[in-house]
Amino acid sequence: MAPPAPRSGDAVFANVERVNAELFTLTYGAIVRQLLTDLEEVGEVNKQLDQMGYNIGIRLIDEFLAKSNVSRCVDFKDTADVIAKVGFKMFLGVTATVSNWDAEGSSCSIILEDNPLVDFVELPDTCQGLYYCNILSGVVRGALEMVSMKTEVSWVRDMLHGDDAYELRVKLLKQVPEEYPYKDDE
Amino acid sequence: MAAIYSLFIINKSGGLIFYKDYGSSGRMDTNDSLRLASLWHSMHAISQQLSPTVGCNGIELLQADSFDLHCFQSLTGTKFFVVCEPGTQHMEPLLKIIYELYTDYVLKNPFYEMEMPIRCELFDLNLSQAILKDRVSLLGR
Repeated sequence: MAPPAPRSGDAVFANVERVNAELFTLTYGAIVRQLLTDLEEVGEVNKQLDQMGYNIGIRLIDEFLAKSNVSRCVDFKDTADVIAKVGFKMFLGVTATVSNWDAEGSSCSIILEDNPLVDFVELPDTCQGLYYCNILSGVVRGALEMVSMKTEVSWVRDMLHGDDAYELRVKLLKQVPEEYPYKDDE
Repeated sequence: MAAIYSLFIINKSGGLIFYKDYGSSGRMDTNDSLRLASLWHSMHAISQQLSPTVGCNGIELLQADSFDLHCFQSLTGTKFFVVCEPGTQHMEPLLKIIYELYTDYVLKNPFYEMEMPIRCELFDLNLSQAILKDRVSLLGR
């Protein structure tokens, strides 16, 4: 039997290689700034950040699975918990909380009180529609897709827009069965 | 003495993305390695269906007269397997190490395209070190 999945990312966080938080924050800031210059429209930047996050997510999931020693999740609730407690801790160094489950248990909110990406950020008036951390939603979506969960991830609350926390809404659209035969026509 | 004969990595659709042989026994040409990879992919899938155990994740170990085959499948569907001398120990931890190397040196390489054959020098380098270390520890026992 597989050992029970660890429900805290502290041990993994201590073992993975880390970089200076400020370097990370400033690098991300530079990327967003460059995207704004290149794409000019805030909506396009949101889209691009999400796509970049997705591309990261589909690769990052394997590292997560290889190094965190979590076992297979039994349901989506379990998955959300692992993302918040282990995933965010391992890669961002912060722990998130999961709440606001809907009745079917297919959508929930991941709430971040602390977010290292925004340490030095103030949104100017011209960028009010910008989801500065949109890369994170892409990462979560990409990572879950690789373990056969199609999801929709969006921001509900954003401290840069004056809210009191970061709230990421994760909605499970479809669980693709892993068993053969795959339904090719779907 | 080569404890490990060869190493294969197959992507989630059954394509061989990495093959390496160690030592002379069990060496095969490109066609054979591709055939073996897709054959294993299918057998693994069939074993999952045929298994009487609920929640079976497919064959982990195949033992034959002249070799053992240890297989590890990640939750994302990539399979890693080694063919080795019968009775070789500690292949599961080695496969886990190889999985970690794959996440570090293949997936993090921005020029690696997902699901495509692996051509990453850093991966090769670190892989041979890991296998060598494994061999040294085997000899020491």
